[in-house]
Amino acid sequence: MDPTSVPIRGYRRPPADWHPSNDSPDYRSTAARHPTRPLVVVPQTLSEITGPVHGHGRPRALDHDLTRQHDGEPLGERIVVAGRVLDEDDRPVPETLVEIWQANAAGRYAHAEDRHAAPLDPNFSGAGRVLTNADGEFRFVTIKPGAYPWQNHDNAWRPAHVHFSVFGPSFLTRLMTQMYFPGDPLLAFDPVFNAIPGESARRRLIASFALDTTEAGWALGYRFDIVLRGRDATPMET
Amino acid sequence: MPPLTPSQTVGPFFAILVPERGRARLRADGTPGVPIRVEGSVRDGTGQAVSDALVETWQADEAGRYAHPDDPRRREPGPAFSGFGRVHTDAAGGFGIETVKPGRAPGPGRLQAPHLLVGLFARGVLARLVTRIYFDDEPSNAGDPILARVPADRRSTLIATFRGGGLYHFDIALQGPDETVFFDV
Repeated sequence: MDPTSVPIRGYRRPPADWHPSNDSPDYRSTAARHPTRPLVVVPQTLSEITGPVHGHGRPRALDHDLTRQHDGEPLGERIVVAGRVLDEDDRPVPETLVEIWQANAAGRYAHAEDRHAAPLDPNFSGAGRVLTNADGEFRFVTIKPGAYPWQNHDNAWRPAHVHFSVFGPSFLTRLMTQMYFPGDPLLAFDPVFNAIPGESARRRLIASFALDTTEAGWALGYRFDIVLRGRDATPMET
Repeated sequence: MPPLTPSQTVGPFFAILVPERGRARLRADGTPGVPIRVEGSVRDGTGQAVSDALVETWQADEAGRYAHPDDPRRREPGPAFSGFGRVHTDAAGGFGIETVKPGRAPGPGRLQAPHLLVGLFARGVLARLVTRIYFDDEPSNAGDPILARVPADRRSTLIATFRGGGLYHFDIALQGPDETVFFDV
């Protein structure tokens, strides 16, 4: 085999203005942290189309259940968050690492630098991880996070959200995002959510309440599907 | 065709998930190749340390092969070297990656110079920033097909400096006169 050349199948680029711009002045922390020079457009190589298989580390059996990581049960509204990881061609992404982290029911993170005057919950750490199954499905059990104030502007509040980290099959499919809850009145005022330019793109981040995911007598269910970049139809020689 | 899920910031509190702070070790004692360390720090446009960045790296093994099914030259399962690292910057914005020097991987038309891919997430960064780390003691940089796309006066922001004893230094500037080159891939 010619060592300088292997056929690669690349990943499609996102539509313009689909992801939020890193220069989003309403979200104040972007001011000193966004590149001011244009991004350099480069071709995809074997370096980019590969990536960590299965993500990083193997989840343990109970890592998907954030309500069973301590001796007691956390306070708050128990919920199931289930969904699928797909690509843009509707193909499931199997065996990929999905990680979440979140505030507790009172809106406080178990993090030394969270100074919000709300109680910590000794029975809630707020992090979970799981691999998708062969059909790209994942399921977490957790508690509904609370909204919390932040310093971005006067009377600023983050809507309730769960952070998601997803790997996918390639360095190019890596995604960090946040899942929000339907009907949250704070969404209209949130500069992080509203940094996403398009209404249809923003809607992708709002979970749907799902009675068929709800467990009777136990926990409300929400569905949240995650769509990663799809592949080019034909390989190219590189 | 389902629409892509848009990106959001990692926020300031991801340490709940990724407790490793400051340094990540990718190689095991038996990993083939030349052991190296890449150390540096992340700074914002005011020169402040970015102490809440998540730095991820991805690289080939010492022979330029990726541990991934899309690399037809990949080694059969053997000494574990995934090529992936991630680390939370420390209070001074510092990070360190202990790894092996990657070999040359195929690129468009010719081999690429040895490099690491970097993905950077942080509070105030709404979509991942992507850059590359090259090495200043590699003559093959001159023929690298990706470096060739970068304006000559900015290439130095992508090249780690050898400091001896296996140590390379690489700083990431999100803004400023030495703003690191970030890629659209």
